[in-house]
Amino acid sequence: MPDVTKTVAAVEDAVAPPSAAQPAPAKNKDKARSLWGDAWQDLRRNPYFLVSSVLIFILLVITAFPSLFTSASPTVGDLVHHFNGKPELGKVGSEGWLGYDGQGRSVYARLIYGTRASVIVGICVTLIVTVIGSIMGMIAGYFGGVVDAVLSRITDIFFGIPFLLGAMVVLQSFTERTVWVVVFALAFLGWTQITRVMRGAVITIKQADYVHAAKALGAGTGRILLRHIMPNAMAPVIVVATIALGGYISAEATLSYLGLGLSSPTISWGVDISAGVNQIRVAQHILLYPSIMLSLTVLAFIMLGEAVRNALDPKLR
Amino acid sequence: MGRYVVRRLLQMIPVFIGTTLLIFLMVYSLPGDPVAGLFGDKAANPATVAKIRHDLGLDLPILQQYWNYMSGIVLHFDFGNQIASGRPVTDVLGDAFPVTLQLAALAFAFELIFGIGLGVIAGLRAGRLADNAILIFTLLIISVPVFVLGFIIKMVFAFELGWIAPNVSNDQLLSEMIAPAVVLGGLSLAYVARLTRTSMAENLRADYMRTAVAKGLPRRRVIGVHLMRNSMIPVVTFLGTDIGALMGGAVVTEGIFNVKGVGGIIYESIIRREGTTLVGLVTVLVLVYLVTSLLIDLLYAVLDPRIRYA
Repeated sequence: MPDVTKTVAAVEDAVAPPSAAQPAPAKNKDKARSLWGDAWQDLRRNPYFLVSSVLIFILLVITAFPSLFTSASPTVGDLVHHFNGKPELGKVGSEGWLGYDGQGRSVYARLIYGTRASVIVGICVTLIVTVIGSIMGMIAGYFGGVVDAVLSRITDIFFGIPFLLGAMVVLQSFTERTVWVVVFALAFLGWTQITRVMRGAVITIKQADYVHAAKALGAGTGRILLRHIMPNAMAPVIVVATIALGGYISAEATLSYLGLGLSSPTISWGVDISAGVNQIRVAQHILLYPSIMLSLTVLAFIMLGEAVRNALDPKLR
Repeated sequence: MGRYVVRRLLQMIPVFIGTTLLIFLMVYSLPGDPVAGLFGDKAANPATVAKIRHDLGLDLPILQQYWNYMSGIVLHFDFGNQIASGRPVTDVLGDAFPVTLQLAALAFAFELIFGIGLGVIAGLRAGRLADNAILIFTLLIISVPVFVLGFIIKMVFAFELGWIAPNVSNDQLLSEMIAPAVVLGGLSLAYVARLTRTSMAENLRADYMRTAVAKGLPRRRVIGVHLMRNSMIPVVTFLGTDIGALMGGAVVTEGIFNVKGVGGIIYESIIRREGTTLVGLVTVLVLVYLVTSLLIDLLYAVLDPRIRYA
């Protein structure tokens, strides 16, 4: 069996049912589209894609300009409001409409400013992991033999360490845990998944006629890898990476919740949820709103990944 | 077959050594000193600290420490002693493992029964209402992080409805384990359901299905034997890798419901720099992972006779 089947993400599946029942895309006169052009036509009509891209767009705007959404400060609190959780109806978007936390800080402002940590962790880890994993996977898959054996065993070694547990240990060895430390810890253990997917894809593709043709025409190894193999092997990697992005955001929040990820004064949903646990009986809003926001964010990225998968995988059409 | 198993076992050796060495190096690079921690706030006599470090073998070069530790495990099944309490790690794990195993087994049964059940329903009705409902339900479950799911269940069923106790009592009754098991197995349930669904929906169109229907086999046999057996390979792959993940994922779930299992020990030993306990635990988890992944590969041949291992 190819290794691809063993990764958790390769194992996740599709959202929309195979649309075999739908009429095939109109065979109009336009010229043959590439895989990516075809995928784009498919994506534009997928409601999951539209919903998730709107959500992600809003999240990115919040990440870049949090002050557009609230004028309240996420770090300054007034103890007058201590645990005040009564939503002020009709004042959507005001400082106190989602209540206040134990320090009298606005829950809404912390929600808005906490977006940045989650989105940055998710995107940076995914970028690093995709670059490292693709390079390792391409080298292992293309050269095969001893190189493949060594790289595959190294991948196995990192893959064997339980993800959350390993990240906890890595994080614990840093005294000051900033966003970048969390990014490092997650990327340190996360690259194996992409490596396996890439390796599997490259092993299939290097048998293709166009690769043999390129070789026969005298193309160098670098050119074959970059111009012929990589563009064709990227599809499964992009799908796995997008879905994993949601997972990394979730992992950051879990680690922060356990007290081993980000910590105050960094503003993050995980930190707020962790603080809210102690008041679960008296002030549930402190726990509730960051949890909802976190779940929505993860949902948006997973939905995007699955929409992309449906568009790129011809078997699911 | 025999040669394949031997080759796989030989391949496991470097992976096992590599993984344990990696975690060993990671744990021992942690800042802080567990021996100094024994003295609390008091200033310790340097000679005493040196003596304890020597007795524990902490003054040896790190690779030699690794060698001593691993040969102890392999030769005498000796996982070392906890630094703070002096109890053998095998004792500590012996107390905690049965609890976590029970929790993980319940969670596994839950995801197996409901995951495959939902997947079969969705797969057979691909594209219809039941299918879409199940897809949206599983998508929601996947997006809610485990600890959030735990607190939702706790808030609704323990605080609002009062159906379950918010925390598991010291007796660790089986009935109290149901809520933690649902939380622990929830995420995997969603994956199992989606995998089963895709796999079944794909195989429904296969030629052997048409043949089976054409030769007049009853529907129950067509679906129960022909379709199920062929659709189970990706599901079995996932379930196998999930066994180890369930035991590692217990850190969060056990914390929420106050289950006294391995998760709590993992957390405590990371915070207290209890290297021996942590490395011992990870060694066990890595072994579980390696053995299950071998068993799964062997199971492929049972499910799909076309797969042969030379």
